Amino acid sequence: MIAASPEAAQRQPSQPLSVIIATDCGSTTTKAILIEKVGNEYRQTFRGEAPTTVEAPFEDVTRGVLNAIAEVEELSGRKILDGDRIITPSRGEAGSAKVGVDIYVSTSSAGGGLQMMVAGVVANITGQSAQRCALGAGAIVMDVLAANDGRLPHEKIERIRSLRPDMILLSGGTDGGTVTHVVEMAEYIAAADPHPRLGLTYSLPLIYAGNKDARKRVTEILGDKTALVVTENLRPTPERENLGPARQKIHDLFLEHVMAQAPGYKKLIEWAGAPIMPTPAAVGLIMQAIAGREHLNLIGVDIGGATTDVFSVFGGVFNRTVSANLGMSYSISNVLLEAGLDNIMRWVPFTIEEQTLRNRIKNKMIRPTTVPQTLDELQIEQAISREALRLALEHHKSLATGLKGVQQERTISDIFEQRASGETLVDMLKLDLIVGSGGILSHAPRRIQSMLMMVDAYEPLGFTTLSVDSIFMMPHLGVLSTVNEQAATDVFTRDCMVYLGTCIAPIGQGTDGEKCADYTITFEGGRKSESGTLAFGELRVFALSLEEQAQVSLRPGKQVDLGSGKGEPVSRQVKGGAVGILLDGRGRPLQLPTDLQARLKALTRWHQAVNLYPKEVQKSES
Amino acid sequence: MAHAYTPGLTVTERTVLRKRRLLPIPGTVTAAIGDRVKADTVVAQTQLPGKVHVVNVANLLGAAPDEVRDYMVKQEGEAIAQDQVIAENKPLIKWFKTEVRSPIQGTVDSVSTVTGQVLLREPARSLDLLAYIDGTVVDLHPNQGVTVETDCSLVQGIFGIGGETWGDLVLAVKGPDEPLTPGHLNPSMKGKVVVGGSFMGAEVMAKAKEIGVAGLVVGGIHDKDLRALMGYDLGVAITGTERVGFTLILTEGFGVIPMAAKTYGLLSQHLGQKACISGATQIRAGVMRPEIIIPRSAQAQPTQEDAGPGKEERAGIQIGDQVRIIRDPLFGNIGKVRSLPTDLRQIETESQVRVLEVEFPDKTAVVIPRANVEIIEG
Repeated sequence: MIAASPEAAQRQPSQPLSVIIATDCGSTTTKAILIEKVGNEYRQTFRGEAPTTVEAPFEDVTRGVLNAIAEVEELSGRKILDGDRIITPSRGEAGSAKVGVDIYVSTSSAGGGLQMMVAGVVANITGQSAQRCALGAGAIVMDVLAANDGRLPHEKIERIRSLRPDMILLSGGTDGGTVTHVVEMAEYIAAADPHPRLGLTYSLPLIYAGNKDARKRVTEILGDKTALVVTENLRPTPERENLGPARQKIHDLFLEHVMAQAPGYKKLIEWAGAPIMPTPAAVGLIMQAIAGREHLNLIGVDIGGATTDVFSVFGGVFNRTVSANLGMSYSISNVLLEAGLDNIMRWVPFTIEEQTLRNRIKNKMIRPTTVPQTLDELQIEQAISREALRLALEHHKSLATGLKGVQQERTISDIFEQRASGETLVDMLKLDLIVGSGGILSHAPRRIQSMLMMVDAYEPLGFTTLSVDSIFMMPHLGVLSTVNEQAATDVFTRDCMVYLGTCIAPIGQGTDGEKCADYTITFEGGRKSESGTLAFGELRVFALSLEEQAQVSLRPGKQVDLGSGKGEPVSRQVKGGAVGILLDGRGRPLQLPTDLQARLKALTRWHQAVNLYPKEVQKSES
Repeated sequence: MAHAYTPGLTVTERTVLRKRRLLPIPGTVTAAIGDRVKADTVVAQTQLPGKVHVVNVANLLGAAPDEVRDYMVKQEGEAIAQDQVIAENKPLIKWFKTEVRSPIQGTVDSVSTVTGQVLLREPARSLDLLAYIDGTVVDLHPNQGVTVETDCSLVQGIFGIGGETWGDLVLAVKGPDEPLTPGHLNPSMKGKVVVGGSFMGAEVMAKAKEIGVAGLVVGGIHDKDLRALMGYDLGVAITGTERVGFTLILTEGFGVIPMAAKTYGLLSQHLGQKACISGATQIRAGVMRPEIIIPRSAQAQPTQEDAGPGKEERAGIQIGDQVRIIRDPLFGNIGKVRSLPTDLRQIETESQVRVLEVEFPDKTAVVIPRANVEIIEG
C-alpha cells in the first residue's frame, strides 16, 4: 500500500471513492486522468489534455482544466461537467448514463511552479538544509544566500530585490547559538524590500526556520515588511535536520498566498477535494511510497521540457533536486551549453556539421513542441537527453548528502579512506530501482531506447531494475495517495509503472573482447537456460517478461566486481519487463573510444546488439 | 491530444491590440483613460529604491553592537553626503578619535544593535514607464500602470533579442529570399527598422550597430553569429534585456530561411511608417514572441473589438490553412494543408503520431507530424 504522508493523513481521512478525476496543471499542458473502480480494483481508464491557461490572454487556470476534463468526457462518455462545475458525487446505475465523479484532485506547476529563495548562515550547513527543505517541498530554488557565500552585502541585497520569488525561507543558526548572523540576513532582506512575483500589492510570504533565540529580532525586522511565518528551526543542532515543519509551512503558504494570487486558482482550490500540491511534491510522495513499500533504494527522474527533477531514496532518506535549466525543449540549448558539444556527440552514431547541429538545437528551443521526424533527429535528441540526465544526477549527488558540519568520531579506517561528513548518499552499487519519467523516456518508440538512455547516463553498477512512467501520471497519483491510498496503489501498479527489466553491469575495465564475466541465466517454467561469456565492450539483451522470473549467475573476471568483491561470483533473482535482462560489458566507469571512427563503430555495434533503432544510420554530413 | 499542432505566429494587416504597461513596483499613473499617447509618452512613474551599502560601524569603532546607536552622528532617515561623518567615538583624548564616514550620498536606512551594521541607501532613481505604442489609454491599473489600445498591423516573430524601440520601416532587400549583406546598409538607416530577407551574418550585424539602426528583421541567422553578437551562448530563450545596439527579430528561425511571403509582403506595404518593435521572447510559461506593431493613423477606426493575438480560439487546423514546416528535414518550407488524416501514423522514427498532408506551391506534397507545422495566422 502507498502510505499517505502524515500531514496529508491528518487533512483527509481515506474515504470510499469509485470515480476520481485528477489533473496536473503543468507549465504548458493540463493533463487529466479518470480513475474508476472496476470490480475491486482501481484503474486509470481515460485521459485528456489541453493547453494550460494561466497566462494571458485567458488568465484562468480552470479553463484549461475544464478543457482537459471535457476531453475525458468525450472519450469516456461520462458526464463530468455541468457548465463550469464538476459534478460530484458520481451517480448512475448499470445501464443508465454515467454522471459525475466522487472527487477531484490536482497538482500544479503552472506559471513556472513554486519559485523560492532560501537563506542560511553557513552555505554548506543551514544554507544547504534550507535548500533541501525547499526542494523537497517541490520548489525551484532560485538562489541560496548565506553569510559566507562570497557576495558582498550590497550584492546580496540587490540579488534579493531582483529575484522576485514566490516565497523566502530564512534559516540559520542552531538553537541557542549566536543570533548575529541570522539577524544580519534578516536585515538584508528587509533592506531589499522584496516583492513577490505574482500580485504587486500583497506581502511576500517569508518563513523563518532558524535559531529560536532570534525569532523576536527577526519578527521586529521583517514582521511589517513581509507576511512572516515563524516555525521550528530546520537545523536545531549540527547533527539534526528537522525539515518537516518548514516544509509543511511551505505547502500551506503555497496554497494560501501563492496559489491564491495565480489567476483562477481560488476557484480551483474550491473544486478540489484535497489540497492542491506542487507537482514535484506529489511525485516525491509517490517515490517515497515505492521505496518504503518495497524497501528499495531508488532514483527517480522526471525529464521535462524545461527542467529535470531527480528524486532519490537511499536508506530511507528522501532527497529531491531540480535542475532548472536542463530540459529537452525550452532548455535544450542549455544542455548543449553545460555538457559541451563533444559530450553530446559522443552518443551520436554518425557525424554532423557543428553549425547544422547547433542551428537544429536552437530551432528546437524556439519551437519546443516539435517531434523528431527522422531517425537521425531522434538519435540526436536521445543523445542530448543522456547528457541532461547525467548532469542532473551529478547535481543531485552534490546535494543529496549526509549532513555537513557534523562533528564525527573518526576511526583509523575513516582517515585512510578519506571519508568526510557530507558525502553523497547516492550509492550506485546499492541502487535497486531507477524510475524514469518525461516525454523522451516515456514516449521513446522502443522501450530499449529508454533503458539504454538511462543506463548510459547513470552508469548503474551491479544489478539495477529500470522502469518508466507510462503516461506521466505520478503527480496525479501522489496527490491521490493523500486521499485514497488503495486507488493510488492500484493505478500505480497496474497502469503507471512500466518495468523495462534489469541491467547487470560489472565494475572494471578491460580491452574489447577480453572476458568480463561468465553468465548463466536460468528461467522458471521450463524455458531453456542461457549461458556464455560476456566480453568487455559488449552489450547483450535477453527477453524476460514481467511475469517471468530468472536467476542470473555470474562469475566475473579476476579484476571485475559485481558487488561482492573482485572475482567473486554472484547469483541473483532478477525482474523482467518490456526489455528484459541487459548485460552491460562496456565496463565501469563507462569509457567511450576517443577516436571518432572507433567510437562510431562501437556505438553502431551496441545499437545493433540490442536492436535499438529500426535501422542503423551510417551517414556523414561533414 | 486536443491541439496536436503549434499555434502559429500572427501576421495580420489589421487588428486591435491591447498592451498592459505596468511598473515593476507600485508608483504613480500619469495618464488618464481616453488619453491619446505616442510611443514615447510617459504613462506612469515610480521611484526605484537606491542601492544599499553596509557599513559595520561597531567593527570600525571597536564598539559592541548594542552600543552603536550611542556613537551615531546621523540617525535613521537622515540625509547624508558622501564622506560625511555618520558615526564617531568620543574618547577622552581627541587624538584617539575615530570617525566613520559615509561612502555614498543618500540616507541612513537602518542601524542594527545586533550586528552593529549601519545600512546606507543611495537616493531613489526615477523610472519613467513609456507607452511603447501609439494609441489610446483604455484602462487604468491604480498605482501600477495602464492599458493602451491601438489599431495596427501586427507581425509576430519567432525569436528576438533586445528591448522595446521604434523607428520607420525600411526595406533593404529585393525579395524574401535575398540575404541581407553589409552592402544593403547605409547611414540613412540610422534609427530605422530595417527589413532583410532570408539571412544575415555577423558582419551585417556589426555594420548595423555601427550605423545605429533601431532594429533588424530577417528570416534567420546562424547560432554562431548570435553567440558572437551577444558574447555568450543563450541557454534558455528568455530575452528582451540584451543591449547589443539594436533590437533583432527573426521571423523564421536559425539557419538560412526565406522570410514567409506574407510577412515580407505586409512589411513592404508599410515602408516609411513607424514600427514599434520588441525582441522580448519567452518560450516557457507565458509564451511571449517578438513583435512588430505598425500603428495606424489616429483617425482610423478599429474594425475588430479587442482582438489581440491569440485571443480568438481557433477551432483547430483546417484544410487549406497555410502552414510553415518547423522541423527538419523540410524546415522553413511553406505550403497548404491538403488533408488531415484522423488515424495515428507511424513515422520513420517508429513513433505513432497524428499527421497531415502539406501541399507545396509546385503541387508536390508530403505527410508530416502535425506537431511539426505552424499555422501562419492572421
